[in-house]
Amino acid sequence: MAQPLNFVLSVPETPEDHGQEPSPYDESEVHDSFHQLIEEQSRWVGAGALGWCEAGAAPDCPPRPAGRSRGAILSQYYNRTVRLRRRVSRPEVRGVGRSARPSLRLYDLELDPAALEEEEKRFLLVKELQGLTVAQQDHMLRGMPLGLAEKRCLRSESRTLTGKRRGRQGRHGLLPCCGQLRDACVLALHSLGLWLLSGLPALMPWRYALKRIGGQFGSSVLSYFLFLKTLLAFNVLLLLPLLAFIVGVQAAFPPASPGSVPTFTGLELLTGGGRFTHTVLYYGYYSNSTLNQPCAPPLEGDQCGREANGLPYSMPLAYLFTVGVAFFITCITLVYSMSRSFGESFRVGSASGVHAITVFCSWDHKVTQRRASRLQHDSIRTHLKELLADWQLRQGSRSACGRLRQVAVLGFVWLLCVGTTLGCTVAVYAFSELMIKSPTSAEQEGALLALPVVVCLLNLGAPYLYRGLAALERHDSPVLEVYVAICRNLILKMAILGILCYHWLGRRVGTLKDQCWENFVGQELYRLMVLDFIFVLLDTLFGELLWRLISEKKLKRREKPEFDIAGNVLELIYGQTLTWLGVLFAPLLPAVQIMKLLLVFYVKKTSLMANCRAPRRPWLASHMSTVFISLLCFPSFLGAAVFLCYAVWQVKPSSVCGPFRTLDTMYEAGKVWVRRLEKAGPRVSWVPWVHRYLVENTFPVYLVSALLLAVIYLNIQVVKGQRRVICLLKEQISNEGEDKIFLINKLHSIYERKERR
Amino acid sequence: MTLGDPRSFCDLAPQLVPLDYTSCPDVKVPYELIGSMPELKDNPFRQRIAQVFSEDGDGHMTLDNFLDMFSVMSEMAPRDLKAYYAFKIYDFNNDGYICAWDLEQTVTKLTRGELSAEEVSLVCEKVLDEADGDHDGRLSLEDFQNMILRAPDFLSTFHIRI
Repeated sequence: MAQPLNFVLSVPETPEDHGQEPSPYDESEVHDSFHQLIEEQSRWVGAGALGWCEAGAAPDCPPRPAGRSRGAILSQYYNRTVRLRRRVSRPEVRGVGRSARPSLRLYDLELDPAALEEEEKRFLLVKELQGLTVAQQDHMLRGMPLGLAEKRCLRSESRTLTGKRRGRQGRHGLLPCCGQLRDACVLALHSLGLWLLSGLPALMPWRYALKRIGGQFGSSVLSYFLFLKTLLAFNVLLLLPLLAFIVGVQAAFPPASPGSVPTFTGLELLTGGGRFTHTVLYYGYYSNSTLNQPCAPPLEGDQCGREANGLPYSMPLAYLFTVGVAFFITCITLVYSMSRSFGESFRVGSASGVHAITVFCSWDHKVTQRRASRLQHDSIRTHLKELLADWQLRQGSRSACGRLRQVAVLGFVWLLCVGTTLGCTVAVYAFSELMIKSPTSAEQEGALLALPVVVCLLNLGAPYLYRGLAALERHDSPVLEVYVAICRNLILKMAILGILCYHWLGRRVGTLKDQCWENFVGQELYRLMVLDFIFVLLDTLFGELLWRLISEKKLKRREKPEFDIAGNVLELIYGQTLTWLGVLFAPLLPAVQIMKLLLVFYVKKTSLMANCRAPRRPWLASHMSTVFISLLCFPSFLGAAVFLCYAVWQVKPSSVCGPFRTLDTMYEAGKVWVRRLEKAGPRVSWVPWVHRYLVENTFPVYLVSALLLAVIYLNIQVVKGQRRVICLLKEQISNEGEDKIFLINKLHSIYERKERR
Repeated sequence: MTLGDPRSFCDLAPQLVPLDYTSCPDVKVPYELIGSMPELKDNPFRQRIAQVFSEDGDGHMTLDNFLDMFSVMSEMAPRDLKAYYAFKIYDFNNDGYICAWDLEQTVTKLTRGELSAEEVSLVCEKVLDEADGDHDGRLSLEDFQNMILRAPDFLSTFHIRI
């Protein structure tokens, strides 16, 4: 794509007056570095130091100004500010000198042969900054590579001048004291903000603990604990509307008690039944009538002594809507954080630059302990050696026999893993059928723990088997190993959860016809969560502590076990899936999950500090956190949402308990309400209209899906286009480099000829 | 960190020289104290970091330089700003480009001198192959920034927690 340049370089007679002739680069926008290069060359020729420094002979290079000069930085940011401002409004012509052409003054200060003083450049930058909004000013200033003191001065200058200008142009008729009051308020808010900001580190939980973990183990292990913090935030977000609109209200208006209340034995904490059955914890406690209703005569001995002027609160409607809205908010938050995470870690058109990235980005500056720092040196050295060895191996030809052998081993291991998953699934199914066939009486509450124990044991044992099998296959990249391990574990957990969901909604609904099956499902999920926590504790104890003791005492190895990041993260995702599955049947389950996460944090942190070491191979921490959050969204949240939708739309609620006991499906509560609104009058008639034409009708659903597909297709095409543009731009850069070298050589030869003359 | 009152940042490094910063803001802390801070003492690039952020390039920092350093290395600093300073840190001879000699210094510091000379030069060669866009044998700031864009981990590794 390089075109031969055929203009004649007009070499001036004396090297100093290069500015008087109209050279080609004055009028058009030329590559910055090319211009700088020519300037440097002419400066060196003038000073008598001829010769181009070869790359690599750094000590022989003539000294250049340290880095980029402040003037260059100011000019660069002036240009950026101008471009930004021009996006917003047309540029002011007032500030431009009459003699100068607008294209020169407003486009690029650096090309101006009159080389403005630094003070003037700074003044122009401040003027441009005033044209931006305050937020844009701050954003621009934050990105400037100048000292903090300088930035402070620039900011105060651009703010005061902006304020004065706005004051001049602004309200004429208002009293001056309003302006003073406004300023005082702004100052007070500002100092309040600063005070809050200084107190914020104290409010943020676990700041010191996270710093210690990062300092000792690096970013990869830290990503697990940050993910735990994220999950905690999600659960709090889920719990608040449930507490406010369902649990709180029902606790204020408790329904009539069903008779004798069983005494509290310790087993309730594990099984969730017994004393806990008729509490706000489960679905069955919630009434199906309108609470706080003004007394109407024909009511079957219901609460009639309340104030007649309270707000009537329909519990079934509130239950349905609150759960729906809470899920919707969680969905939006998840998708938003996933898209932000993707935006950070995946780039369009990024080829692999693994050596450069290892050299420049792999040193984790957070690590502050000596031992951990030494470990980092070792791991980077090992990684570089592995990369070099890999490259040399790839230089040599890979035999077809070796490749075939590797494919065969891979296929065999995958077959074994899928077989194990199938075996576990069938085992869970058979056991659940067995539990149905042999129903437990009220005294044998402990026997209800059998199915959760089996599920937890399988969830604990199978990953160890997978790890053992993975030792057979040899992957080229450690990242691929981790992805494959995550994939296998995920398939296992989702398969088991799928079988359990079928067991609850498909079989238990039928067998528990005259009882409260929703309570049973809620209790099963509670049991699964509690036992999962207990098994996590046991796993930490045996997997990490005992293993370290054994390996130190018996095997005489001083190596601590590695902290298994992928396995632990999948555990967290599994626990969160259980919470989301159970929210409809046990509204306080997020509170249980919050307590569990808090305890898991401290247990894991203690065990980590005492027993483990960081993973030996370097770990792409930010890619991993993107993977974690997308796994949380796709199989986990989506599965729970599908389960919820099926339970709300298709399953008949039990007739003896809960807020939907008289209806055919839970969704009917909404339909009943809409019908009541229709009869209510013309003022709210838009709600039934919306319901009839947008929700019940299938056409809008098809339309929205088609629109979404169209948007996705367009985005894919845009990304493809961007990739092509990036390729073309890269070619252009490399061609310009070649042009540069060609022109420099030409300059060389011209000056040499001049010297010889 | 915000561009706020300097008094509120004195508690960041209380173990540093306990002077009254409000009255004499021109005090320079010698490099030896900076280099022995717990956040920096095991960092192989601590000398370069101190040199880049100090006023005269000798490693002795005033309070403003100190604030600059931690501001750039904090979580809130934008990626371009971090890339700019990272480039200056890796540019050992301060010539505005990362040439092969700078790369050799970086790799040696990174591996504590435990790679052989041949391996080091091979690594430098591959880095230049991958990152040098205009093929002039050294990395300019634009090449470096372009390469940083492809490294999502940069923001989390080029970060010192205080």
